[in-house]
Amino acid sequence: MTATLLDIRKLSVDIARGRRALRVVNDVSLTVEPGEAVGLVGESGSGKSMTAFAVMNLFPSPLARVAAGQVVLNGQDLTSLPADALRRVRGAQVGMVFQDPTSYLDPLMPVGRQIAEPLRAHGRTDGIDARVLELLDLMELPQAVAVARKYPHELSGGMRQRILIAAALAMKPALLIADEPTTALDVTVQAGILKLLTKLRRELQLGILLITHDLAVVAETCQRVNVMYAGQIIEADAVGPLFKAPRHPYTQGLLASILSPASRAHSLFSIPGGVPIAGQWPSGCRFHPRCPIARPGVCDVLAPELVARGSGADRCHLGGEAVAADAWRTEARSGTRP
Amino acid sequence: MNDATSDVMTDARVPLLEARAVSRLFPVRGSGGLFRAKQMQRAVDQVSVAIHPGEVLALVGESGSGKTTLGRMLLGLTAPSEGAVLYKGQDIAARAGDAARTFRREVQVVFQDTGGSLNPRRPIGQSVALPLRHNLGLDERTSMREVDALLDQVGLPPAHFRSRLPHELSGGQRQRVGIARALASKPSVIIADEPVSALDVSVRAQILKLMFELHREKQLAYLFITHDLGVVRAMADRVMVMHQGRVVETGAADTVLNTPAHAYTRQLLAATPVPDPSRQQR
Amino acid sequence: MNVAATVGTPFQRAPFLKLLLRKGSTWAALAFIAALVLAAVLAPWVVAHDPLRGGNDALLAPLAAGHWLGTDDLGRDVWARVVFGARISLTIGIASALFAVVVGVVIGALAGYFGGWIDALLMRVAEFFQTLPRFVVALIVIALFGTSVLKMIVVIAAISWPQLARVVRASVATLAQSQFVDAARVAGMGHAAIIAREILPNAAAPIIVLGSLDIAMAILIEASLSFFGLGDANHVSWGAMLNDAQQYLRSAWWMSVFPGLAIALTVLAFNLLGDALNDALNPRGAAR
Repeated sequence: MTATLLDIRKLSVDIARGRRALRVVNDVSLTVEPGEAVGLVGESGSGKSMTAFAVMNLFPSPLARVAAGQVVLNGQDLTSLPADALRRVRGAQVGMVFQDPTSYLDPLMPVGRQIAEPLRAHGRTDGIDARVLELLDLMELPQAVAVARKYPHELSGGMRQRILIAAALAMKPALLIADEPTTALDVTVQAGILKLLTKLRRELQLGILLITHDLAVVAETCQRVNVMYAGQIIEADAVGPLFKAPRHPYTQGLLASILSPASRAHSLFSIPGGVPIAGQWPSGCRFHPRCPIARPGVCDVLAPELVARGSGADRCHLGGEAVAADAWRTEARSGTRP
Repeated sequence: MNDATSDVMTDARVPLLEARAVSRLFPVRGSGGLFRAKQMQRAVDQVSVAIHPGEVLALVGESGSGKTTLGRMLLGLTAPSEGAVLYKGQDIAARAGDAARTFRREVQVVFQDTGGSLNPRRPIGQSVALPLRHNLGLDERTSMREVDALLDQVGLPPAHFRSRLPHELSGGQRQRVGIARALASKPSVIIADEPVSALDVSVRAQILKLMFELHREKQLAYLFITHDLGVVRAMADRVMVMHQGRVVETGAADTVLNTPAHAYTRQLLAATPVPDPSRQQR
Repeated sequence: MNVAATVGTPFQRAPFLKLLLRKGSTWAALAFIAALVLAAVLAPWVVAHDPLRGGNDALLAPLAAGHWLGTDDLGRDVWARVVFGARISLTIGIASALFAVVVGVVIGALAGYFGGWIDALLMRVAEFFQTLPRFVVALIVIALFGTSVLKMIVVIAAISWPQLARVVRASVATLAQSQFVDAARVAGMGHAAIIAREILPNAAAPIIVLGSLDIAMAILIEASLSFFGLGDANHVSWGAMLNDAQQYLRSAWWMSVFPGLAIALTVLAFNLLGDALNDALNPRGAAR
């Protein structure tokens, strides 16, 4: 039995706001096994991206920091590493790709050299060119030699993202973190990238942490999924059981909001209200103002814990009860305010 | 009746807003020189589209398909290099005076909420008032009353929202403001360019439902420009699929999406992810 | 549903004044400018002597009786001359900067919004003005047409507007692509209204910053011109004071040090103000 690749334990991330700190990621725990794709799903303000940045301690803002918890990669706690040791881990043991490929590529450098950069940064001196070509082949880019010489603006969006994935995997890391890797791409291009990620996962035993807002993408690519809302994980499960029988009302609502072939405008489903603003979370369960089965005196007072149930876990006071199995239908089908 | 491979839908009704064989050319950078003509690229290539009163037409395509450019031409924001755009039978480029103002009033737009469709320095109430002041020529007092009514209609209590700045609102709320602004001058057709793509999943349906109800109430025609086939299924009566500047397929939404005739449409459908884990590749 | 709870973003804009007055140096600069303006406005009541009238007490060192900054070679009170010189510097500095801003904004906005041949034509005009060697032009104009405060203002403005026009043009050209501008067009707004009410308010930041820096630059140019004797002899000017002080650099240091200090501190103050405005108006700074 192989050891867990990534083990995030009770992670909290704070953003400094004047003298106070805003906790945008609250007590998050999740794991990724080698060769497994785990989805981290949430909407804006859920804290999913911040969780991903916390793994490598690479926050886009200097005001953000890991406030509590541990990130254990291959048995090593990254949060306790000094800066230079962490730099050796980045790129070598964990790679990351982001949402908009264009902004992460240097427009003035041929892409072959950009793929080679992590190799050079980690001290490798020979065999670089061969490795670059090997990676371009792995990314299914035809005419690797010609492509390596091109500049980013000469490539399409999908090809640019493949270049970034190649750079992320240059040092053969065991874990790849992908933050909305296909959101900025066309749907046909997205399909290609997702297929590529699946192929890489299988061939290289690559562990993938996939952050996205798109549940359909998770269904196609991941084995397990964690759903985040307002900084917390509110449900975690294997994909099959989660899509078939979601336990948390928010997950149920999200799934019901997906536009399907049967959707028609007059009967579209939407979760009423909006995502709460960071720092102004409702008391008790953070979802309770929008929840159809919220129980007064319980859900608005007590913050629910993540409780293991069946093959996964959920954070709902009524999680085990029958009423939660189909929370939205139990609410009378009155003209729900859009 | 429905010829899936032709570009123009033969229909007995008179089209409200129409593009006839429009093209939009732009020069390819770096081409041409002292003695060579600049090469031209066709963002939109000889496209014809007709929107009839009260119908919902979806324009589907990926980046580079020309759908946004076509939308801009239909709005009169970009002039076609070839062909003409007609509103109620009259070429919009030839319209003058009252006729031009009528076109401006009755064809409105909702943009994708990227934070750029509302002036960041204006309270949203004033942004909604702009068409009232300029397209309808109303004075300040009357405009503000109308603004309140519009905000109410889109589900934003005016007392609370009319003096907010755009950055203080969520994406869904900003989009409601955009819809209120589009409704202000009482249009007969609204062109919606990716109205829900930038919104959270749990909020998308709220906005689409709002748009649908307004469509039903006011007999509004919509042109939905989108890359999301789910939006098409939910909202559209007819759909046009564009690829690299040309129309590759057109027809009733259900027909095209259930039995696509063109290879590209089939490709689009196949590529759209489905929330069903059992369909994962082994 | 509590509507109020759903409004707002995590990043509320910090109030402008709070951002502006963050640094101590900004306070000092603002205080200095305020004091200077006050002194210039209330000049006749702040000084004890007529700045233009000399007397028998020539070349008195500072802290002499009745002349706390000393007198110059013609017996004129240095303090009075410094204070009255502030009037000229501030007037010419602010007026020419304002003039340059108006011209620069109009030309830059037209060029940036319409593009095409209008842009090409206006930018060629701006380039023409930019390539003129500043000083030589000022010299020629004043030599040909004589000197006066108004002519100084016009000359300095003519030198300064091209840079502003370029910046405005770039801002306007970018903003003109915005969707809210498209929306304004669809709402029926005409070109003039769009430029004035939708675009320029959003381009205000660089204009304000450059404007304040232009004031500093204008004061320097005026001092330089007066130093070369091109200023209006009827008015006291710091530059002219420096000119007079040349022969007495060693023997009467107070004749050069005080006007020199006045110029340096004023220019520094306006530059610091420009920097502070830049920080306060910069959108990234505001998102804290």
